[in-house]
Amino acid sequence: MSVYGPAVKIHPVVLASICDSYERRNEGASRVIGTLLGTIEKHSIEVTNCFSVPHNESEDEVAVDMEFAKNMYELHKRVSPTEVIIGWYATGFDITEHSVLIHEYYSREATNPIHLTMDTALQSGKMSIRAYVSAQMGVPGKTVGVMFTPLTIKYVYYDTERIGVDLLQRTRVLPSRTKGLTSDLSQVAGSAARVQDMLTTMLAYIDDVVSGKVAADNSVGRFLMDLVNKVPTISAEDFENMLNSNINDLLMVTYLSNLTQAQIALNEKLVLL
Amino acid sequence: MASRKESTSAASAVMASTSGTLDSPVKQIQIEGLVLLKIIKHYQEEGQGSEVVQGVLLGLVVEDRLEITNCFPFPQHTEDDADFDEVQYQMEMMRSLRHVNIDHLHVGWYQSTYYGSFVSRALLDSQFSYQHAIEESVVLIYDPIKTAQGSLSLKAYRLTPKLMEICKEKDFTPEALKKASIGFEHMFEEVPILIKNSHLINALMWDLEDKSTVADKHELLNLSSSNHLEKSLQLLMDRVDDMSQDIVKYNTYSRNLSKQQQQKHQYLQRRQQENAQRQSRAEPPLPEEDISKMFKPPQPPPRMETLLIAGQINNYCQNVKEFTSQNLGKLFMAEALQGHN
Repeated sequence: MSVYGPAVKIHPVVLASICDSYERRNEGASRVIGTLLGTIEKHSIEVTNCFSVPHNESEDEVAVDMEFAKNMYELHKRVSPTEVIIGWYATGFDITEHSVLIHEYYSREATNPIHLTMDTALQSGKMSIRAYVSAQMGVPGKTVGVMFTPLTIKYVYYDTERIGVDLLQRTRVLPSRTKGLTSDLSQVAGSAARVQDMLTTMLAYIDDVVSGKVAADNSVGRFLMDLVNKVPTISAEDFENMLNSNINDLLMVTYLSNLTQAQIALNEKLVLL
Repeated sequence: MASRKESTSAASAVMASTSGTLDSPVKQIQIEGLVLLKIIKHYQEEGQGSEVVQGVLLGLVVEDRLEITNCFPFPQHTEDDADFDEVQYQMEMMRSLRHVNIDHLHVGWYQSTYYGSFVSRALLDSQFSYQHAIEESVVLIYDPIKTAQGSLSLKAYRLTPKLMEICKEKDFTPEALKKASIGFEHMFEEVPILIKNSHLINALMWDLEDKSTVADKHELLNLSSSNHLEKSLQLLMDRVDDMSQDIVKYNTYSRNLSKQQQQKHQYLQRRQQENAQRQSRAEPPLPEEDISKMFKPPQPPPRMETLLIAGQINNYCQNVKEFTSQNLGKLFMAEALQGHN
């Protein structure tokens, strides 16, 4: 049984999927479970996809629709052939006895499956997301049990995913929880505004340090030096030239595209005469 | 479920359902954050090789809003017996999703695009078959390259009712288009998009913000994007070349047509003269021959290609203009930064 390094990398799409399936659960079900898909590398596991599996849970027994899980996995494999079953997830705060059984089911599908729990009921005020691997424990030959050892979780994003998540972050501040997609210059303005915010925070910090309120931190000071030095010193004339030539390029392209648009509109009108 | 069975690539069966009202029934699109993340992930993982990744959107219609609550990707068409696989795959997916209470109503499809080139015959056909079957469907175009540059580029399009009419008739001659007065601007209409998240997802977002170690990306403020501009202009030039070829074809057609008209006229005149002469000589007039058989009118070129190319060029131009305006802003900001040195 191979032992993985302590880190599991999770993509936010998986967590969003879990939240969504929790919200859509059947009446009476207190938690949802599902399969985790992803890729295994030598020292780390990356969870990139998931789907929920219908299951029934009561005091004494638990039934999981494994047929369904297998079917779904086949379908998913057609789209992304590199993803394999690497574990399962469950919502809820703790690990119950039923989890052990379900974990056994999944051990048949994957070697050393990961168990991910996500507290969607927000019991501790935060949504605690934790991952576990199972390990045998106990006295061999007599009572053998299973222990879930926790793993550390790292969130990874693709670049485009990061930008998508940024956009989603902004929905949480509005009471209507909605956000339109902006375009053109307003996007640049928004980005610049954010940089400006960061600069104000930094300036406030610097003021505090200078006036002695906060102890100076050398590493922060070095970062600040780096920052200021990053602005390249170009002679004013050279910069003027560069700026002008760039602006000219852009203006020319704008002019040409406007011309093209006028041209095709004209052509349209002529044909329809 | 039977009525939902349709294939999403070019081959499509037109179903006998009533077409919609003149006003677009969908004024706004509401997308859940989950759908967004799934589309991004799908392109990222599977789209690096070929250009286009596609998938199906699921959701429901609420008043005049189309809510998209989930989606699933489509496998690439690389293997044989792709057709059989597709329909079956779709049916199975939807059946399975129904078990876990996910909305299983088809409301549209999404596609990724390469630098904005998506106005093509295939897209038109697919969207037509979708919109014909389901009144409110849309196609979401996701531009991954533009998104990687800093801001999410996701647009929703529907076919205008006028274009739906034309597609139904399958009549793309210039006369038909003139009658409907369709220009390339009236082909697609864009529907505004809104992103909405549930409270639980918002809580998740707060959590991620805390724990995430990846810094904010400020790609948008990057100045060095001339590569992107070059590519777009290249594609634009190709399209303009295509367009000019098309125009030449149309011009030759109209010239041929007018020449033929002239010939017909001359022939008729000669006929009349001869008949007058024969009458004066008391001979029976020559029979009126069927002129149309003698002068077969030239085939008018289908105008659909031209419309599509024009639409595509328009799209490229829009993108280029947006891009340049953003860059101008960034350049002025850089100037301000230098000014204080």
